[in-house]
Amino acid sequence: MTVEPLPTVAARRRRPKTPIIDSDVHSLLPSAADISPYISERYREVHDVYGLRRPSPIGYFATVLRTVAARADSHPPGGGPPGSDLDFMREQLLDQWDMERAVLNPIYQLYFGEELGQLALELTRGLNNWTIEEWLEREERFSAAICVPYEEPDLAVEEVHRLGSDDRFVHVLFNVPTHVPLGNRKYWPIFEAAVEHDLPIAVHVGGVAGNCVSGTGWPSSYYEFHSGFAQAFQDELINLVFSGVFQRFPNLKFVFAEGGFGWLPPLMWRMDRAWWRLRAEVSHVDRLPSDYVREHFWFTTQPIEEPERPEDFNALIEEIGSPDRLLFSSDYPHWDFDAPDLALPPGIDPEWRRGIMAGNARALYGLPEPEVELGPRR
Amino acid sequence: MTALPTLIDADVHPVVPGPATLLPYMNEHWAEYWTHGGLPITTFYNVYPPKVPTTGPPTTVESVVNTVLRDQNTLAVLNCYWAVEQPRHPDFSAALAAAVNNWVAAEWLDREPRFRASIAVPRDVDLAVAEIERLGQHPGFVQVLLPVRAERPYGHRSFFPVLEAAVRHKLPVALHAGGLPGIPSTANGWPVYYIEEYVGMATVFQSQVASLVASGVFERLPELRIVLSEGGFGWLPPLMWRLTKEWKGLRREIPWVKRLPWEYIRDHMRATLAPIDVPYSSLDRLLEQIGSDKFLLYASDFPHLHHDDADDSRPTSIQLLETVGGELATRIAATNARELYDF
Repeated sequence: MTVEPLPTVAARRRRPKTPIIDSDVHSLLPSAADISPYISERYREVHDVYGLRRPSPIGYFATVLRTVAARADSHPPGGGPPGSDLDFMREQLLDQWDMERAVLNPIYQLYFGEELGQLALELTRGLNNWTIEEWLEREERFSAAICVPYEEPDLAVEEVHRLGSDDRFVHVLFNVPTHVPLGNRKYWPIFEAAVEHDLPIAVHVGGVAGNCVSGTGWPSSYYEFHSGFAQAFQDELINLVFSGVFQRFPNLKFVFAEGGFGWLPPLMWRMDRAWWRLRAEVSHVDRLPSDYVREHFWFTTQPIEEPERPEDFNALIEEIGSPDRLLFSSDYPHWDFDAPDLALPPGIDPEWRRGIMAGNARALYGLPEPEVELGPRR
Repeated sequence: MTALPTLIDADVHPVVPGPATLLPYMNEHWAEYWTHGGLPITTFYNVYPPKVPTTGPPTTVESVVNTVLRDQNTLAVLNCYWAVEQPRHPDFSAALAAAVNNWVAAEWLDREPRFRASIAVPRDVDLAVAEIERLGQHPGFVQVLLPVRAERPYGHRSFFPVLEAAVRHKLPVALHAGGLPGIPSTANGWPVYYIEEYVGMATVFQSQVASLVASGVFERLPELRIVLSEGGFGWLPPLMWRLTKEWKGLRREIPWVKRLPWEYIRDHMRATLAPIDVPYSSLDRLLEQIGSDKFLLYASDFPHLHHDDADDSRPTSIQLLETVGGELATRIAATNARELYDF
């Protein structure tokens, strides 16, 4: 007699009835050294002889038991760190949740993207080629970010143009914090190239860029560091809105990934009020700041906002002004993973849910409708 | 005054006319040192650009009495830290703080019994403690004043002695908008426009609130009260959610944080009203989300003028009291401050 294996935890939970696109998933080079075959001979020598250094340390970590800030169960059985094994990610993420699509934001962009000089381009280009060979060519349900050395804009532009017409790449990836606020003219050539290819700019939680990770000095804990990304994102948004970048690039779009969105309504109120009073200084901003936010920004959902009163989640979406700006994300394989069936609170409008879980990402990224209409599942 | 105060304005700003005003109130050595340097007023900047609409006109005792003190039952808390956070020399910074406090005591507190004031403190921890010890028992000084922008977040352990000194003298600690510590006001470097700095001040407040909560200082000093001054309060509920959510996953890193972070915020923090960054339409829900009727303190922020008549969607401080009405309005107007400052 054969014994059927017990269903997995996820399989025992309520299966989602809506299609799922996961807009923030992390693939990981097995180790930094594995970039070596993907860079040119000149820089491979630098890499192989000197090794890579990290320009700036973080100084915080999630906890020792959660290596690379990952879920305890996300270590591939065949070895390698979480996020490094396509087959295991396919099984644990795409198949387990029957996902229509997942967008890969390769983790090594955190390290390579903030590098300076030609090496930065070599590394990020190598990372993109690795993504193509090891992920996109092997699984059609993956899309990916174009990794770029965004602190070296002229080099970043080369990479955007090299891959911008490849439909498997859906956005250009930055990390927050940046060396200077994102609206700085320094970055405009990258924005121009992205707009040319109709690609949004995704800005993901990331490194430290050499600046303090808060506007008032270094905090003492990962808890403050991690929750404090929300502040860095708010400051990026404030700067973008007042910088004039949207007057220069009316079609520029931003996806803020993993920074939360609960702070958005109060920030829009605050910007609007300040604008009434101080708009002479920013006369190029000729509409309410909140209008620009609603037109140019999207937000991934993980880590999902958890109001003290769950019903305030709906109010939050109403105050953002539109449910079509939120993109579901799980942040697989990280420790604060949001499961697709539990991320959104019960009681959310079913249309909103369908949009957040997949429709909004399809619309933003121009992804195809699923070929087969997915009927209700058991 | 015979009756209890019916209105307490928790944030009013005396404006120092200029460095020369402070010289008679400063230690002789440092007054001479400063004078020989030519009273370099350009060394110290005001965070408020002089002609920006939000800055308002310079204040005098008379202008505050006539504008802020509506009747005999109104009190005002004067917040003046001028530029004491800016000099790098620890002793000069302390001398400057003492001069500011002495000037406030002589020219304001001694001239109007309805005034109370905050103690400006220098950046050096030991000297800040000494200034709190010097003035902590003065009946006119009711609070310790810190600029919200600092080189290090105030939950850093090196700063505990200042918080302990405040508690020793039963003084709340106000974190006030502004400060020029010489590091960028954002994690992404320096912003470009004043409006960015003005809006973004809220994110500095958020980092300070997170730091204080994470430090465990509210377990260590259960009587510590923090006043978030001139930073708005619309951003508080989502911050409370975030800090509580993250604590659930990361609490073993900060095991001294025993309660849900939003409980510490509710019990140990207060916010002054002005500038109100919340529209009428969301006011009720926001007050419910903050979840404490003791949280808000009426403030005019005189002479700063944050309100633009073209935007009628957001109330001024007085309009907020009228809109809220009832017992809550009474609490915001005076009761909360009276309990906090023990008036």
